[in-house]
Amino acid sequence: MTWGSAENFFAMGGYGLYVWGSYAVTALLMVGEPLLAAHRRRRALREAAEALPNEDNAS
Amino acid sequence: MPLTLYTFSSPPKFYALSGVLVPLCWALAVVLSAIGLWMGFFVAPTDATQGEVYRIIFIHVPAAWMSMLLYLVMAFWAAIGWAFKARLASMVARAVAPTGAMFTFLALWTGALWGKPTWGAWWVWDARLTSELILLFLYLGYIALVEAIDDPRRADQAGALLAVVGAVNVPIIYFSVKWWNTLHQGASVSIAAAPKMASTMLTAMLLMTFAFWAYAFAVVFTRTRAIVLERERGAAWVNQLAARESAS
Repeated sequence: MTWGSAENFFAMGGYGLYVWGSYAVTALLMVGEPLLAAHRRRRALREAAEALPNEDNAS
Repeated sequence: MPLTLYTFSSPPKFYALSGVLVPLCWALAVVLSAIGLWMGFFVAPTDATQGEVYRIIFIHVPAAWMSMLLYLVMAFWAAIGWAFKARLASMVARAVAPTGAMFTFLALWTGALWGKPTWGAWWVWDARLTSELILLFLYLGYIALVEAIDDPRRADQAGALLAVVGAVNVPIIYFSVKWWNTLHQGASVSIAAAPKMASTMLTAMLLMTFAFWAYAFAVVFTRTRAIVLERERGAAWVNQLAARESAS
């Protein structure tokens, strides 16, 4: 498939809104979800550290 | 200690192994989706009847497949966790639900954006679309139910019951295009027949499916690790891990 120009590529034969609207939301969610999951794991680890008995938690 | 089937049902062992697997899954997801998108946009030809809008297929079909597959995975681990009192299995089930709901939403969203130019409607109440919407509600209902019950093991059991009963919806979605007259087209790819699409289109779609698969493993493992840390707080191995983390 050759598009000829970037303009043609982004126009998607007149269906740009539908094609890029699909890909943009997919990209947004598939970047956002892993960030949320990673954040949740770090928070769980931090909370576990805060809940440590005092003798282990010198800082 | 010998390696057995049960080795990785132990939360600390799972936590360590999944920590190694997550970066590998990410690498696989990135590489596969890069090749898949390149094939989908630069190798696969324009569709003869639909024009360029068909290129939504490279995320629509993989997302829809994942939405159904992940529901079965969630119901399976929920049932194992319930029947064998396996805590880790229940945690995996909980970790799958948000990812499954996300893919269900994406299948509906990309479907709406594909339906508008091809059918003239964002949404129709046909069997395929309606059963997929019910799938989204099942995921959301499962999440709401397990979060609403304070005792984690009772929440796991209630969630398992909902997940297993709801699993009947998955074959309904899959066969809906056969059983009823739907606006949604029939399967483009099936095990029984030759695929009804150009081979480069099919390759791009399968690459994206494997990419989404790797993504699902990566994110579900990450979320399971978070849930394990939350639920095992106070256990000696979590304390050790947390002490090492706060020291560094």
